[in-house]
Amino acid sequence: MFAIYKRELSSYFTSTIGFIFMAVFLALSGALLWLTTFFFATTSCANYFFILIVFFIILVPILTMKLLSDERRTRTDQILLTAPVSLFSIVFAKFLAAFTLFEGTFLISLLNLIPVGKYGTLNMAEVISNFIGVTCIAAALIAIGLFISSLTESQFAAAIGSIAVILAMVLMGFFSASIENTTVRVAVKWFSILDRYANFRTGLFDVSSIVYYISISAIFIFLTVRVLEKRRWA
Amino acid sequence: MIEIKGLTKTFGDKKAVDNITFTVEDGEIVGFLGPNGAGKSTTMNILTGYLSATSGNAVINGADIFEDPKRAKQNIGFLPEQPPLYLDMTVTEYLKFVYELKGAKQPRRAHIDEVCEMAGLKDVKKRVIKNLSKGYRQRVGIAQALVGDPKVLIFDEPTVGLDPNQIIEIRTLIKNLGKKHTVILSTHILPEVQAVCDRIIIINKGKIVADSPTSELLSNTSGAMKYRVKLACRDESTAVKTLLSVDGVMGATPEESQEDGICDVIITTDPALDVRPGIFRRLVEKNIPLIGLENVSLTLEDIFTSLTLGKEMK
Repeated sequence: MFAIYKRELSSYFTSTIGFIFMAVFLALSGALLWLTTFFFATTSCANYFFILIVFFIILVPILTMKLLSDERRTRTDQILLTAPVSLFSIVFAKFLAAFTLFEGTFLISLLNLIPVGKYGTLNMAEVISNFIGVTCIAAALIAIGLFISSLTESQFAAAIGSIAVILAMVLMGFFSASIENTTVRVAVKWFSILDRYANFRTGLFDVSSIVYYISISAIFIFLTVRVLEKRRWA
Repeated sequence: MIEIKGLTKTFGDKKAVDNITFTVEDGEIVGFLGPNGAGKSTTMNILTGYLSATSGNAVINGADIFEDPKRAKQNIGFLPEQPPLYLDMTVTEYLKFVYELKGAKQPRRAHIDEVCEMAGLKDVKKRVIKNLSKGYRQRVGIAQALVGDPKVLIFDEPTVGLDPNQIIEIRTLIKNLGKKHTVILSTHILPEVQAVCDRIIIINKGKIVADSPTSELLSNTSGAMKYRVKLACRDESTAVKTLLSVDGVMGATPEESQEDGICDVIITTDPALDVRPGIFRRLVEKNIPLIGLENVSLTLEDIFTSLTLGKEMK
């Protein structure tokens, strides 16, 4: 499994897609932090992290679009699937590689907070809870992107599909409150990743939400394994 | 050792592989022969665990590929129809990756060097696979299968797309590998199995049509010998009639000739008789100059026809 993880992570950088991801992420987060803190003369980063999640609509698909679709297109899936490793380890290694690149970049972007702390006082509880929350959301979105990438041979289709699904999940959070039918509202709220984020935003450490995000990640990793398994039976 | 019992694979309602049973002993090189779409690749993909089977089982060195895939796969080196290469890696990087992926136990550096040496990759080790020619890519695919020194090697059309020199090299390599490994290779080129394999399994429409040692199969099915006779004769029908009148000639079909005034006729003859002197004498009698007489090697199609016809007659 480690071999797949290592290869996947290094392929982000041989194909430049990793650099593109990091560049876009760091540029966006830098500009966003300036806008949300310095511009409004506040040291609260709650809005910064919250809006950052919206950018994931584009950022996460960059990471996940080629994970499995490209293996299928170039037939390299054959070497993985005929090697003495389980389907789960293949999928999980891919998930982990994307997550590592995300988390690494996210950690680097936290350097942005140093000047905020220097010219004001950072609310550390708020920073830490937001950091954990964003990490969890990213894991869930990466799992979803990975799943969509397993459905198609085309990177492009995987990217568009992931953008659409993540966009829908983010928008649900904005619109769920205005739905009148209670059943529909509850259902939509359940799928909305942003609804669960409210507590992290205010600096609360919300275990039930963490469980929710981890469950979403687990479900989609499991579904991805099922897609690969089912293909063997096609 | 490979043991396959009653293997069946259906795609929708089409049977790609239909109740195949055979065993390959250690150190045997088996040629899996059949036209395109016969089920060769499907069988190989099932053997290596890439596809599942609808029914039946396959045991590789004592480990069932469906029950205990991990142990079975450890014993297999597989070269798929299209070599599974990560184009953005160098040859060494790629082989290191495969080494780790397979969890090989040999000392890494020495083992990868050895594999490169065997597959003839010494000069291109540091090059990015993307920039390699098709022949070299195929070799990287073969090298990949050899990593970890698996007991069973499965090659799906290993010489496809190579130039004649490369084909000879790869065949020699496979022959050498067969001394220590169990090898199954698929092909639709008859001379290839003749050159490399100890045994031929012929598969058509998902079913095994023949399974016997190479020499036996070729002599049996070549029941009828084939010759191409070139005659300086303008009239085809006279040529055919004359040839048919020779003892031992069973059939004669005119063929388009490249030269003007020359008739080409393909004759099939009784293998028990050498018809060549007879043909010569008869042609002298009829005063038809003989320009050429050559043995036409059997093609896969001929073997098929004779095998399938034989079956139907029985």
